[in-house]
Amino acid sequence: MKELLDGWIAQGVFGSLPVDLVYLIGLLAAGVVVVFGFVLNVAGVTTFVERRVWARIQSRVGPNRVGPQGILQWLADGVKLLMKEETIPYAADARLFKLAPYVVVLGFIAAFVAIPFSSALIAADLNLGLLYITSVTSLVVVGILMAGWASNNKWSLIGGIRAAAQIVSYEIPAALTIFSVVLITGTFSTQSIIQQQGWAPWSWYIFHSPFTFVGFFVLFTALLAEGNRTPFDLPEAESELVAGFVTEYSGARYLFFFLVEWGNLYVISAVLVTLFLGGWQFPVVGGLGDRPVALNALQLLTFVGKSYFGVIVIMWIRATLPRIRVDQLMTTCWKYLVPISFVNFMGTALWVAVWPDGNRVVTAAMTVLGFALVGYFLSRVVFHLRRSGARLTFSPLS
Amino acid sequence: MSLVGFEVEVDRSESGLETEEMTLNMGPQHPSTHGVLRFVVKADGEVMRQAIPDVGYLHRSIEKISEKVGYHGFMPYTDRVDYVAAMFCNQGWGMVSERLGGIEVPKRGEYCRVIAAELNRISSHLLSVGTMVLDIGAITPFFHAFREREKINDLLEELCGARLTYNYMRIGGVAWDLPPGYAGKVLAFLEQFEPMLEEYDSLVTSNKIYVGRCAHVAAISAEQAIDYNLVGPNLRASGVRYDVRRDQPYSVYPELEFDVPVGIGMVGTVGDSFDRYWVRLQEIRESIRILRQCFRQIPDGPVIAKVPRKFKPPAGDAYVRVESGRGDMGWYAVSDGSEFPYRCRVRTGSFAAMAIVDNISRGLMLADLVTVIASLDIVAPEVDR
Repeated sequence: MKELLDGWIAQGVFGSLPVDLVYLIGLLAAGVVVVFGFVLNVAGVTTFVERRVWARIQSRVGPNRVGPQGILQWLADGVKLLMKEETIPYAADARLFKLAPYVVVLGFIAAFVAIPFSSALIAADLNLGLLYITSVTSLVVVGILMAGWASNNKWSLIGGIRAAAQIVSYEIPAALTIFSVVLITGTFSTQSIIQQQGWAPWSWYIFHSPFTFVGFFVLFTALLAEGNRTPFDLPEAESELVAGFVTEYSGARYLFFFLVEWGNLYVISAVLVTLFLGGWQFPVVGGLGDRPVALNALQLLTFVGKSYFGVIVIMWIRATLPRIRVDQLMTTCWKYLVPISFVNFMGTALWVAVWPDGNRVVTAAMTVLGFALVGYFLSRVVFHLRRSGARLTFSPLS
Repeated sequence: MSLVGFEVEVDRSESGLETEEMTLNMGPQHPSTHGVLRFVVKADGEVMRQAIPDVGYLHRSIEKISEKVGYHGFMPYTDRVDYVAAMFCNQGWGMVSERLGGIEVPKRGEYCRVIAAELNRISSHLLSVGTMVLDIGAITPFFHAFREREKINDLLEELCGARLTYNYMRIGGVAWDLPPGYAGKVLAFLEQFEPMLEEYDSLVTSNKIYVGRCAHVAAISAEQAIDYNLVGPNLRASGVRYDVRRDQPYSVYPELEFDVPVGIGMVGTVGDSFDRYWVRLQEIRESIRILRQCFRQIPDGPVIAKVPRKFKPPAGDAYVRVESGRGDMGWYAVSDGSEFPYRCRVRTGSFAAMAIVDNISRGLMLADLVTVIASLDIVAPEVDR
């Protein structure tokens, strides 16, 4: 990006404009392209996917009227919400109320800076990338708390407080698990972590040792809670708190909150895929190494495919499980996840000290175990399909 | 009522931090107060100190209307007493009028009534169970329950032309005989529906989070349940084996064989929220049994007795009980010998269930109030009438 601008400056494209101003405009332009070209689309398409996946699980049809197969439904909804009148309650703290959605959106979009999509496609390969992601996603809680407080509504307030308590608590196991991976890689950079893994499942960090295997599930649970997803969607528990911290919001600001909620799904899966599932790694076979564009496209497909698999698993969980209670939420975190993640952290540290290059036998065993679990799961699915006598027709677009 | 892991006492004098209770207004418009219910909740953070029910938002003077429209004319209004289980209200009004006028219902008419009522009981329990799971946060089981409920609505529509407010029964019997081929359709539905209950069991009943949310929550002891005059599944969940169909039989229930399931504290205490859910699921199974027997035993003959259009029962009063979806529903009517009832009174289960909410919800979490309301199966119109 910077090289491109430097080249244009050298060619005199910008005339006598100050160099800093050119850089600023360049940054803003890149930001607009990334946000409108990618981030919003990811969030929007995810809402559409979720509605269709839910509909299938609940034996409904789902939205299928706007565009082919309803694929443009999310645009229609977005435009509708943008056009709606925005009401601000008379007794609300108007400034905080207006500011809160922007803080939430900021925390969410900033995370995309350090999330890689392929070996070349990354906004900035920060050397503290993971630390950066864990920090900026914490901004979301500030915004939610702001929204809950400023709405001057008791349901909003309870929702905001719940969100704060929940996200702050679950950051501890999440961070501990992320840092146990860092112990293995010795780097915080997301690109380096992926480069150290391979395309094959047995070179992924999930199968590196028993500790990382458990860590994957701990991180998955903790990130679900941080993203306010079922079974941890207490802050906006619609049957208890009406709509939680978004109760008083309407129009565009309401849209922002939901954008973040669904966009976060992608961030959650992307972090998991980066850390444990080999990221964008794609086997470099044949002459692929000489054709960087094709390779990057395949890597992008791999990464987005793996991430969307995670997104669909999260949707499936949301469609299946009830919501837990607030005391059970805290018990789950402090009595189970935090001790487990501490043990994981220490275990990984010892593991790395004893076998700095990994233990091939254990890795192979973990891989077999992983595949056995998937196989068992699939056999149960087949069993239930047989028992219910379901007719399987594969037509994903119908 | 204490919660494991949540006995936090705030020392207000030494820490210098003043805390105060928050008064929350839950309802009349709230997503989980099915219909128009209102609770004034005094909460200390997430812990409820008190939840005071406020009734009367759905009062429609249904009892008073009976004094103006006469015996026959009141039948459609009874649908609105409890629109989730309207057949039982039809049946109650029909039975109390027949007792006042000394009318004998033909056998086939009684069987038609029982078939309609038991189908309605299944649909009412499906609604209760489905919305309870929805209130606890799982969305899919709700849709599965409603999918089956739709099929029952279709069956009842074929029987009487309406899907919610049936107006199927008449004083002296029922309005129409079963349509041709009806038995086959209902039996085919039951055949398909029974495995769905097992699906429900595996999806919800054995779900660890669901059990965690319901077990030990708001347990009602048998004494307490009797003191508060709970009826129906709520009473049976507390371990009291009382069912009007069995203990004060009416209609053709003595000829039918069925069990009365009671709460056994399968995963928690006897009478907790989970038991109330579980008893309803078991009652659906019993209703399926009853329906199958009905279609086997139903005789031929007329479905309605001869009742004069100007129905003038002799002066006197009568009280009948019907086991409705929400339990013992009492219908009391006083006749002064004229065309119009002198007074009518309905005793409903939801009203009693509403009264116990304050007592059992003290010290529970805010989220549990939703569980309690849903597990007591409170239907707002039935509370106020």
